[in-house]
Amino acid sequence: MERVVITEVAAKVLEQLKIKHGALIFHQSGGCCDGSAPMLLEKGDMYLDESDILLGTLNEVNFYMNKDQFDYWKHTHLTVDVTEGRGASFSLEIPLGLRFLIHSRLLTEEENQFFKVD
Amino acid sequence: MSYSKPKFKEKYSNFINGKFIAPIGGQYFDNTSPVDNSLIAKYPRSQKEDVELALDAANAAKEAWGNTSVTERAALLNKVADIIEANLEEFAIVETCDNGKPIRETLNADIPLAVDHWRYFAACIRSEEGSASELDQNTLSINIKEPLGVVGQIIPWNFPLLMLSWKVPPALATGNCVVLKPAEQTPSTATLLMEKIADVFPPGVFNIVHGFGPEAGKPLASSSKVDKVAFTGETTTGQLIMQYASKNLNPVTMELGGKSPNVFFNSVMDADDAYLDKAVEGAVLFAFNQGEVCTCPSRLLVQEDIYDAFMERVVARTNAIIQANPYDVNTMVGAQASNDQYEKIQAYFKIGKEEGAKVLTGGEIKRLTGNLANGFYIKPTILEGHNKMRVFQEEIFGPVLCVTKFKDEAEAIAIANDTLYGLGAGVWTRDAHQLYQIPRAIKAGRVWVNCYHAYPAHAPFGGYKKSGFGRENHVMMLNYYRQTKNMLISYDKNKLGFF
Repeated sequence: MERVVITEVAAKVLEQLKIKHGALIFHQSGGCCDGSAPMLLEKGDMYLDESDILLGTLNEVNFYMNKDQFDYWKHTHLTVDVTEGRGASFSLEIPLGLRFLIHSRLLTEEENQFFKVD
Repeated sequence: MSYSKPKFKEKYSNFINGKFIAPIGGQYFDNTSPVDNSLIAKYPRSQKEDVELALDAANAAKEAWGNTSVTERAALLNKVADIIEANLEEFAIVETCDNGKPIRETLNADIPLAVDHWRYFAACIRSEEGSASELDQNTLSINIKEPLGVVGQIIPWNFPLLMLSWKVPPALATGNCVVLKPAEQTPSTATLLMEKIADVFPPGVFNIVHGFGPEAGKPLASSSKVDKVAFTGETTTGQLIMQYASKNLNPVTMELGGKSPNVFFNSVMDADDAYLDKAVEGAVLFAFNQGEVCTCPSRLLVQEDIYDAFMERVVARTNAIIQANPYDVNTMVGAQASNDQYEKIQAYFKIGKEEGAKVLTGGEIKRLTGNLANGFYIKPTILEGHNKMRVFQEEIFGPVLCVTKFKDEAEAIAIANDTLYGLGAGVWTRDAHQLYQIPRAIKAGRVWVNCYHAYPAHAPFGGYKKSGFGRENHVMMLNYYRQTKNMLISYDKNKLGFF
């Protein structure tokens, strides 16, 4: 059972970027402008510690979210998708004229029990 | 009255060392208008070597610029203000084209405010006095403020020229050289500005490099050739920039957004008067700038005993918003700035509805006709729900208001503060006690009391909590771009007697 998954089309973009940049991570951003969107970064670029929750692994790419933010997101299931767009952040797909984004749904009863969400 | 899309050149350049310079690698990107998704022009897709070129120019210029008199620097800032003001309409049309916001806003808010910020910092630096203390009869301590050197600035796309005008004037006023990267969605007014003011500053003092975050923004933020980085944007990039700055032991300022509560106590409905009319407008200000404001009052908290009556007016006022061609002076809400924002907002509609939020109005895209059918329009939307829903906790950056009720002051404060962020807040009441005590209890850097969305120069603006730190728009910003040289002078002719 997964908390976070990736669409086929987004996975293709991810593969393309893995070839170019090597090992990668997703980090879900919050805040303004280009926030509330996942950022794709080179592994090791961002300092991660126990305040970053690992939500899952998408094609060998770990997906993290800050713990404080996760507290508000934990009852939802996330799907990483991609769309045409731009962003002023450092996310690696931006030069392709693409932007990753998140689709969300509520966790099912079964998933809630599995992930032990309050 | 209606304007139309302005004429652009086929492509534009970076502005480095006082000249327009093509990107070294020869790469460009297409910049489009969210009004109708049409091409505006090609802008440089700069890489690290372009950023280095700008940083070298800035470093070469910093000594001489840092030693100019405040008289001279203030005069040049005023000159920039005069030039923007003389071309106000041209800047406004270009801004509307690039960002999608209505011309009413760019003509009356973005550009006039930008002008005023240049003038404000010219006045600040000119009128400032230093400090000196006589520590004892023979010892004087003098504090001299010195520029940091070279400042890297990365600005967002929601108020392109205004954000530039918040960040650049205090840095230049204090004698720093600047390398600025505009957002790639909105490079046009920064470029227009450099065309108009190309000869104002000495070469290398004010440089602009266009490009994408990972290719141009990151090399700027992480370079050891900058002495400070200022950033407005989101949390992950903010954290990354702080990390890079830590490697260089550089200071940073961060403005990272919010999820601002706008709190209405029952006394607002004590009379049906001009104040109530103002309060209803204050609730509807969520739609200002298509909700693409870091301080968008996107959480509406209404006291339960006036909830139904007040919301009836708020919904009616929202439904009266004119959303049409952004170039038309009657248009109140225009296009979202980019396709990905447009998609993101729709994704929030979906999870909001799934979590049980009730759509009071809007909740879908707005279809305009003709060329505008290709633009990115979202209907001003009100969702009713509770503060634990994700739409209440995440910055949607669209014209989307999430409304909930509260019982009393304690509950209003609890809900207002139940957020990761603390940038803005609004408090509306006729009660003299509440209008002081409630703002004091809300953890946010700016609390508007019986008003909202005013951004005058000389009122400090910045965040608590995950909204960042540093205060813009105010004289205190000068010290974020300076260091203190303390001269400790002895007037004693006699030795210490130690050796």
